[in-house]
Amino acid sequence: MSYHRAHPRPAREPAIVTAAIIDDAFVSQVRRDMLAFAQLQLRDAALAEDAVQEALTAALTGGRDFAGRSALKTWVFGILRHKIVDLIRQQARTTPISAFGGDDDDLDQAFDTLFRENAHWQPAHRPAQWLDPEASLQEKHFWSVFDACLTHLPKNTARVFMMREFLELDTAEVCAAAGISTSNCHVILHRARSALRGCLEKSWFVAGERPC
Amino acid sequence: MLNCKQATRRMSEAEDRPLDLGERLELGLHLAMCQGCRNYRRHLRVLRTACRGYREQLLGGEAGEAARSEPPSGR
Repeated sequence: MSYHRAHPRPAREPAIVTAAIIDDAFVSQVRRDMLAFAQLQLRDAALAEDAVQEALTAALTGGRDFAGRSALKTWVFGILRHKIVDLIRQQARTTPISAFGGDDDDLDQAFDTLFRENAHWQPAHRPAQWLDPEASLQEKHFWSVFDACLTHLPKNTARVFMMREFLELDTAEVCAAAGISTSNCHVILHRARSALRGCLEKSWFVAGERPC
Repeated sequence: MLNCKQATRRMSEAEDRPLDLGERLELGLHLAMCQGCRNYRRHLRVLRTACRGYREQLLGGEAGEAARSEPPSGR
């Protein structure tokens, strides 16, 4: 796909190429990607739509110049990141995030079944050796599985986990935005990691040998 | 002495805050004896790398193909 369709490339590439990089096809691709991401984290189509629209508008009407497509995406993502955290913070004020209850309890129960009564691994559920995970990260299908595993996380778990790992907030910022204690924060993050680990093992890394 | 369930919780916390010496020793002792938890720890590293890779793809200039061929290293 040429991203210069709407604006022919000048003979010499200027330092500032904003006009050249922003064509409709590129903007709709960015919009689609960011929307998928915001939806995955917020689990609310209307909120995600608003956040992405605002971020895109701010980026494209801010009179800024971008040196490339990646720079523009990074800028949009930076704005979107703030908007997502703001939305989570606002919602946490009216509907406090609980570390327990609902879907989260189901995840905890599923996690508990991995262990024997003495809290050591059930032999059948002991984490297996994953064969060449680095190679997996280069396979397109791995990312579909990863996406599906993320989608299976309950809403609050996903919001907290993605603030930590995708928006790369430190734990104190995550706890503050979600309005929860550090201890509950750790509970939720551990729950998310264990669920994702289990999902990836079951859905992707099935060929590994289980240790005895 | 940590059991496996406690060890997984501690390994997760290690992703979010520095463990103190006592916590590290307890975990190290457990990991020395437990292949399952050593695997779990490796899986947490893969998970973090994957999350970074996901983000790189989202921000990649060429629809993520560039990021896909060069997964980022761990944090």
